[in-house]
Amino acid sequence: MATINLTRAVARDLRAADPARRGGLRRKLRRNATAYLFLAGAVLCFAVFSWYPMIREVIMSFQYTNFAGDTKWVGLRNYQRVLHDPDFWSAWRTTGLFTLFALVVGYAVPFALAVVLNEIRHARSYFRLLVYLPVMMPPVAAAFLWKWFYTPDDSGLFNAALHAVGLPSVQWLQSSHTLAVLCLVLFSTWINMGGTVLVYLASLQGIPGELYEAAELDGAGLLRRVWHVTVPQTRLILSMMLLLQIVGTMQVFLEPYIITGSANDTTSVVYLIYQYAFNYDNYGSAAALGVLLLLVLIAFAGGYLWLSRRAEEE
Amino acid sequence: MSAFVTPTRTLISQAQLARPLGRTAYWTVFWVLIALFALAFLFPLYWMVSGGFKTPQQIIQTPPSLLPTSPAPGNFATAWRDMDLGRLILNTTLYAGGALVFQLVFDVAAAYALSKLRPVFGNGVLFAMLATLMIPTTVIVLPAYLTANDLPFTHWSLLNTPWAIWLPSVANAFNVFLLKRFFDSIPTELLAAAAIDGAGPLRTLWSVVLPMSRPILGVVSIFAVVGVWKDFLWPLLVLTDTSTQTVNVGINQLHVGVPENVFVAALAIASVPTIVFFLFFQRNIMAGLTAGAMKG
Repeated sequence: MATINLTRAVARDLRAADPARRGGLRRKLRRNATAYLFLAGAVLCFAVFSWYPMIREVIMSFQYTNFAGDTKWVGLRNYQRVLHDPDFWSAWRTTGLFTLFALVVGYAVPFALAVVLNEIRHARSYFRLLVYLPVMMPPVAAAFLWKWFYTPDDSGLFNAALHAVGLPSVQWLQSSHTLAVLCLVLFSTWINMGGTVLVYLASLQGIPGELYEAAELDGAGLLRRVWHVTVPQTRLILSMMLLLQIVGTMQVFLEPYIITGSANDTTSVVYLIYQYAFNYDNYGSAAALGVLLLLVLIAFAGGYLWLSRRAEEE
Repeated sequence: MSAFVTPTRTLISQAQLARPLGRTAYWTVFWVLIALFALAFLFPLYWMVSGGFKTPQQIIQTPPSLLPTSPAPGNFATAWRDMDLGRLILNTTLYAGGALVFQLVFDVAAAYALSKLRPVFGNGVLFAMLATLMIPTTVIVLPAYLTANDLPFTHWSLLNTPWAIWLPSVANAFNVFLLKRFFDSIPTELLAAAAIDGAGPLRTLWSVVLPMSRPILGVVSIFAVVGVWKDFLWPLLVLTDTSTQTVNVGINQLHVGVPENVFVAALAIASVPTIVFFLFFQRNIMAGLTAGAMKG
């Protein structure tokens, strides 16, 4: 009994000593002042480089700014101009195609690979190390490397590979718009999939073996086990990576900027923002396009959340 | 039957693998994968290094040769000198180191305040920080650039200074989120005990919280360093002066007019620091990556 009272007393003392619970106005003020002192550096950086630019982006999208720095309210005129720019639709077409291809190649391949790798019981670190190597290259160096691989004449690595197996050479980046975008997606998958594969591997290892055992006893073959055990068990991480990837690929910039330039109409939306702002000094259009992209991304994330909530209710 | 059931049972059971057919299939898949991985991930790097050794004629030769027949190691020296790679690598290292320090100091302090000191409006501040996760930096890159070029009130320009990399890197909601969640898991009683012993908030953070948080600090540090090495659009805008540029921006800027073989040699040199860093810290990097993603 006495020990219980003692522990209670100690617990009370500890609670009273908890800095977040201590009473008294002066103490409260001091505690808050200390807390905000700790917060100051990060809050200032967020305010200057995140919150303020966000607000400024929306304001700028309704303004016209000239070289002298004079600004004028122009209502929706920036938006009208962006929507009437043929480059705008071409950029969305490229970005949409990139996102679509990235879903087919960049989303399915790493998962399938992780499922297979998880069955491999030897040389595990070899696979992990190699798949992650490209992730650690400076992306611009890797992009230039691939641009060189895509050399359209027969001195290029990829054309040489085609020749080696008896196929005719391909113009790669200089051929059709679709193939050029696919080339960018192949590079993007190569350099990014290390992270995704490792995340999938980690989540695959969390699947209890009894589930596979039970499925097998029920007569489920290999593919049915993948479909009815592996996929549902990793659904959470799969759907999270899907959202991250769609949001990420919609912002593609480096690939078209380095590998294709503005040739073959592969300018992406973010690249077009860059061109509006820094090649044409058209800040209003750049800001308007940025706001439009943001709305699309938010609509994606919102629709996705709505869908996943509905799927959960069912 | 159940004798074969091991705790590490995966899609395919040990029993199935032990059968002759299963064993053949397993080893076939294994060797195909080994070859495929070497082809997909090692061969491009080999092609880069061997391309750096080729002569100008050999690099455009049709069909390309697998080996540099008359190796020209001078390409690497030329690339190092002409593209000023030493400076680019040094710059990027300096930016990465600074970003690491600033993120550790400011983001740890902020997460600690939000988790343990819990001031009024703390949740509001946290919400405002996490809301930036929804707003990708690429979308607000123009106003952020204009702000960095002309800071509010002071009218300082951060362009071509390390501050343009260091300070924006602190505005990383993912860091704050990871750190705060880790700090939340540290029992309050422990901090209270430190408070009874007369430790102030700073002392508590330093002597109680930080020593317990090593794993998460490692994750944040690696993300900070790798983030600076991989970033391109932002440094492209704020580092316009060649002498201040990062590896990514410098390579993009300086490749015009450089012969192909020298440029490929430069790409190989530029890839060395991060790959060496990776080989050194691979265990931590991979653990941090999965920890960050699984819990995030």
